Amino acid sequence: MDIRTKLEEQTLTIQLCGELDHHGAKGLMERMDALMERDLPRKTILDLEQLRFMDSSGIAVILRAKRRMEALGGNLVVVNIPKQAARVLDTAGLGRYVKLI
Amino acid sequence: MNVANYIAITFPSCSANEGFARAAAAAFAAQLDPTLEELGDIKTAVSEAVTNAIVHAYPDTIGKIALKAKILEGDVLELTVRDWGRGIADVEKAREPLFTTGGEERSGMGFTIMESFMDTLRVTSKEGQGTKVVMRRRIAKRGRR
Repeated sequence: MDIRTKLEEQTLTIQLCGELDHHGAKGLMERMDALMERDLPRKTILDLEQLRFMDSSGIAVILRAKRRMEALGGNLVVVNIPKQAARVLDTAGLGRYVKLI
Repeated sequence: MNVANYIAITFPSCSANEGFARAAAAAFAAQLDPTLEELGDIKTAVSEAVTNAIVHAYPDTIGKIALKAKILEGDVLELTVRDWGRGIADVEKAREPLFTTGGEERSGMGFTIMESFMDTLRVTSKEGQGTKVVMRRRIAKRGRR
């Protein structure tokens, strides 16, 4: 799984590209943790537009990113959610915990 | 129930095979002419079942996983994911939303997603002998949609 990142005025944008499953989840979490700790953003935008597939591993990735951002005193927003990923997130009721746009 | 067509694949419980398993199931299901949404549901359910086997059945070792896909009469797709690993002590508890023993990269939503995305889900397991997950989903013919 590839990621593209951008930091602008304390907003970190992380774009996920490809397929997100258990195989790539742990490595992705570690890379995202490292980015947040390095950049100390006030806000992180997780952009899923280029995500071709996501299973429940994505739920764990998003919840971990949210906890990390809260620990930094910032917040997390998930944007451009493809239909298949939205079905997974809706089934988990993730919208109650994370801002999904 | 008559079987119109089937495939059977076995592979080791390496996480790299999660993508292969869901792609194989989707390629087989394509002959039923599913919608993109139905294909997405099938791929997601297979991904969850195979990941469960990799993470929970064989936590410290590499074991064998079998994926079977069948087309039954009435355009019903049946998917079976079988392992010969540790088994589940309490299947009912394992099926509860948010229950997990899989660590921080798991969400405990695997069975809930399989249940929501497929028409039926049957889980049988014996400790020390393994687990079998059987899921069915009817794919409506385009003209009838």
